[in-house]
Amino acid sequence: MKITVDQGRCVGAGQCARLAPDVFDQREEDGVVTLLDPAPPPERHAPARDAADVCPSGAITLTARP
Amino acid sequence: MTNTYYREHEPVMPSFDRPAGRPFDPSPELIALRGERPVARLAVPEGAPGVWLVTGYDLVRKVLADPRFSSRYETQYHPLVHTHMPPAPVGDLTGMDPPAHTRIRKLLTGKFTVRRMNQLTERATEITRDRLDEMEKAGPPADLVPVFAQPVPAQMICELLGVPYGERDAFTEAAHLASGGDDFEASAAAFARVSEYLRDLALAKRADPTDDLLSDLAGSDLTDDELGGVAAFLLGAGLETTANMLGLGTFALLRNPAQLAALREDPGLVNGAVEELLRYLSIANTGLRGVLEDVELGGAPLKAGDTVVISLDVANRDPAKFPGPDALDLRRSATGHLAFGHGVHQCLGQQLARVEMRVAFPALLARFPGLRLAVPPEEVPLRNPIPLYGVRSLPVTW
Ligand code: HEM
Repeated sequence: MKITVDQGRCVGAGQCARLAPDVFDQREEDGVVTLLDPAPPPERHAPARDAADVCPSGAITLTARP
Repeated sequence: MTNTYYREHEPVMPSFDRPAGRPFDPSPELIALRGERPVARLAVPEGAPGVWLVTGYDLVRKVLADPRFSSRYETQYHPLVHTHMPPAPVGDLTGMDPPAHTRIRKLLTGKFTVRRMNQLTERATEITRDRLDEMEKAGPPADLVPVFAQPVPAQMICELLGVPYGERDAFTEAAHLASGGDDFEASAAAFARVSEYLRDLALAKRADPTDDLLSDLAGSDLTDDELGGVAAFLLGAGLETTANMLGLGTFALLRNPAQLAALREDPGLVNGAVEELLRYLSIANTGLRGVLEDVELGGAPLKAGDTVVISLDVANRDPAKFPGPDALDLRRSATGHLAFGHGVHQCLGQQLARVEMRVAFPALLARFPGLRLAVPPEEVPLRNPIPLYGVRSLPVTW
């Protein structure tokens, strides 16, 4: 799994940092998403998928790595 | 073909009333519509724009994420009052669209991050303990709303903003009025009173900053009016929301004793329990959006100038998303619920609300092992579901 985030779209709701804190964080000054782990190990896939699914602004993209 | 088409979009006039004796369930007529036509045209008087009711989970999410549906109140026709709404007062984020909305939200998101809110857990625990001490000393019985459900979040938001909790008589009543209802003029006037009070407080902090959100905002590029308005909106949101979740949530737990027992025995359930209570109760149940351009939604031909009514509570009971949706099941995954909305307006205070509830529910249950209703359940007085559902009071004993 490969993850990318679009900081320009992010609205800082914090859902990703709550659901997958090992993969996503929020910038101190404006709460915008930062990516801690762009290629997480399998045990973090489910929470990362939840985070991408509920992201209110569609700022998280997951791609399956070939 | 053509006939079916017209019949499908025949206007309907469903009752929004909750079923008698089932205070936690949405209107059965709205639930039925969700199955038949998740986008339904509502009957409106001659000359009114098209008004569409959206009840299906996927479609509600879609509308909330799509910039062609506007949050600006003046684009929305109010289907109960039968008029277009006046523009939002300055500072009300839920009545703005990007980029004006983005500018103000950006100033705030850094103050409400998951990390910052989690750091308030300890303070929430102290405030909760103090309220429970007082409740225990004075009772039983007690009305849970004024002694517990309201003061815990009120003290939290006051401290976060830097508003003196001791002066709450100056703003509580007005903040309550300002939080909406059908009387637009009365709520606008109340909002203006709270805004003025907070603007003056923030301006005083500009000269003499303290460590709080109002001082931070006073140092931002907000105009004085925006400063007061944003602060008033945050204060109102902080006072009115979690309080209703704590009151109605306790009522729901007391009416589902097996669930209550599970939470009491296993406090590790609390995070999931809070999400499930949010889903199941969906206290912010109905929203409006104005349609900015012609768009097809779930097969319905929406026109620019139409209004969409969104049922968050009915969407959160969609069996396609949440199997067995009408059961309160604290062990289910309620991830993806829409109780905090979706899209660019998704609740800014959601992590604060979560921290408050994760602390308050278990502390209440632990303190009073014999907690129960002090009146028959049908005598618990309920709030008008719009704008925000809850209990007016919750007589309990232990
Ligand atoms: C359990 C409690 C709460 C519920 C159910 C709730 C629900 C919601 C919902 C549904 C929205 C979206 C409105 C829309 O799309 O028009 C919203 C927005 C908002 N909420 Fe909450 N809320 C809660 C607690 C709080 C708290 C404690 C605060 C504290 C400050 C807060 C502040 C806000 C703000 C500022 C917005 C506007 C965000 C924007 O428009 O960008 N909320 N809330």
